[in-house]
Amino acid sequence: MKALARHNPALFWPALAIVAAVLLVLPFALTEIGTTWVRVMNLALLYVMLALGLNIVVGFAGLLDLGYIAFYGVGAYTYALLASPHFGLHLPFWVILPIGAAIAALFGVLLGAPTLKLRGDYLAIVTLGFGEIIRIFLNNLSRPVNITNGPQGISRIDPFRIDGLNLATNQKLLGLEFSGPTKYYYLLIILVAVIIALNLRLQNSRIGRAWEAIREDETAARAMGINTTNLKLLAYAMGASFGGLAGGVFAAIQEFISPESFVLVESIMVVSMVVLGGMGNVWGVVLGAVLLSFVPEILRFSVAPMQQQLFGRTLIEPEVIRMLLFGLALVLVMLFRPAGLLPSAVRKRELAERGE
Amino acid sequence: MDIFIQQLINGLTLGAVYAVVALGYTMVYGIIQLINFAHGEVVMIGAMVAFTVINALAGSGLPPLVVVLIGAGCAIPVCVLVGYTMERLAYRPLRRAPRLAPLITAIGVSIILQHLAMLVWSRNVLAFPQIIDIKLYTIAGAVITNVQVVIILTCIVIMAALAALVYRTRLGTAMRATAQNPQVAGLMGIDIDRVIAATFAIGAGLAAVAGVMVGTYYGIAQYTMGSILGLKAFTAAVLGGIGNVPGAMLGGVLMGVVEALGAGYIGSYTDLCKISGISDWLTQRCANDGHFVLFGSNYQDVFAFVVLILVLVFRPSGLLGERVGDRA
Repeated sequence: MKALARHNPALFWPALAIVAAVLLVLPFALTEIGTTWVRVMNLALLYVMLALGLNIVVGFAGLLDLGYIAFYGVGAYTYALLASPHFGLHLPFWVILPIGAAIAALFGVLLGAPTLKLRGDYLAIVTLGFGEIIRIFLNNLSRPVNITNGPQGISRIDPFRIDGLNLATNQKLLGLEFSGPTKYYYLLIILVAVIIALNLRLQNSRIGRAWEAIREDETAARAMGINTTNLKLLAYAMGASFGGLAGGVFAAIQEFISPESFVLVESIMVVSMVVLGGMGNVWGVVLGAVLLSFVPEILRFSVAPMQQQLFGRTLIEPEVIRMLLFGLALVLVMLFRPAGLLPSAVRKRELAERGE
Repeated sequence: MDIFIQQLINGLTLGAVYAVVALGYTMVYGIIQLINFAHGEVVMIGAMVAFTVINALAGSGLPPLVVVLIGAGCAIPVCVLVGYTMERLAYRPLRRAPRLAPLITAIGVSIILQHLAMLVWSRNVLAFPQIIDIKLYTIAGAVITNVQVVIILTCIVIMAALAALVYRTRLGTAMRATAQNPQVAGLMGIDIDRVIAATFAIGAGLAAVAGVMVGTYYGIAQYTMGSILGLKAFTAAVLGGIGNVPGAMLGGVLMGVVEALGAGYIGSYTDLCKISGISDWLTQRCANDGHFVLFGSNYQDVFAFVVLILVLVFRPSGLLGERVGDRA
């Protein structure tokens, strides 16, 4: 979209208006096929939020984080504990979401502080370990004092509610029938739009350029007077806070969470989205996230019936095919398109230089 | 005291296995600075192949030791093939790429191997047939089984053989030369591609043996078993100093012992009832229950990660590692 704006500024606003109009009608079109698809879309939007958050850490600052889902978990559990019968607390969502984001940011700094000296693959492993530690704690903090309710998870979490507007139920507004998922969809679209705008603004800001410098050469960046310590911590905190925010929304939409949702595979999935789409390029990351969240659903609806017809039974579960495709996609993208589907300009240049 | 020795024995057994797996990580890292993320999955495949063979031969009347040896004999070539293939297809083309790229393909390979294994061996936990009669020996009040003895002895033999390979043979010299400086090693007439492929193959063979040992020790195998085991072994390699062969052995054994002792003692050390006098609420609580354990042995898996983070923060070069700074 930015390229479009550069080539033909007159077309930018009309193009934006068309995209906005499409996004506005989309849930109604999807409802025609089935409400499930609106839910799938919502999940995809959550992944977009996560991927954009991770993009700050991985794409902008170049710190590979394999435990990112932990922040999602922290946000989700914060929401669940403060708005469910588990502790009998029912705070409104606009109070909890910022708290969740802040706590996630704190965890981001907690992870970032001891790992500042580490680079590349070591960092990846430590972050992976961190993610696992959080998950193990979520799983076990039901004894001796029941905080997280262990593997059973927390259920009956409050949905978002403002006065008469309950985002979880069907309601008639302005003469139109809005289902619960549709209302969440609009909320998510707004959040995603804000996060995209933030990301785009960040990328070319002073901070964004400093991150880029750190990613390219940390020693040189430090020599240029960039405070690498603070900026790296900032990257962790910002990325984590987006994750925490997404987690809170996730908890409200699902109304149930358990440690199962915050496993290593999920972290890897978000990393795949960022890598596949194009590290550092906001639109690439959005594409990657939407692609990787829709493909498995489409597989679920196509592969299983297809096998039924061909062999009379489901030979390979769609879930397995999905994971195999993930793995294959990661390998193939790295081999043939190492900068991702929509590479960022800088990344492309850098890979071309190093590839010689 | 009995518990201490018992956990020490369990820890040594586990540590010996970690050490063998850690050797695979450390050798590959030493030569091409790649964390072979999929190494844990190779261990899993070794265990799975061994399961199939042992299961098939369980009723054949052959002596148990022979059955397990045949299992290992089948697992090793399969794993070597897997290791070689993944080096060839996923890592070799990326040898000059930025370091993030091979790490990501490694994650991809690990996902692929895991789910292929799931297709072949199902998602269930597979129970190994009980063919070995477990004999118990008592040492200083603790019990050691014949399986544990065999595992520890096998690991010692493997480590000695590997040390001999790395420090006494031509291939070993070539490996060490490549690790120091691939370009110069190439100029000296060493076929680097062959040396790297050989390193992967040896690492995969060790992984196969480790897989067979883990499978027979715990008696179960599952397609997900590789990742956590791999992570712990990697931690062991880092603890000893990654790229350093004796370091991986030391790190593996230490890791196993720390984990076993940690799991054995954390419960009693974090039992707040020992200090129940400090608050009325705690005193009441302890009067009902007797125990108020903050962290039980279900936190066992946390130890590996805590050790990893501590090592990387305070001594990134590991206990025996010499390389510092930029590598870390």
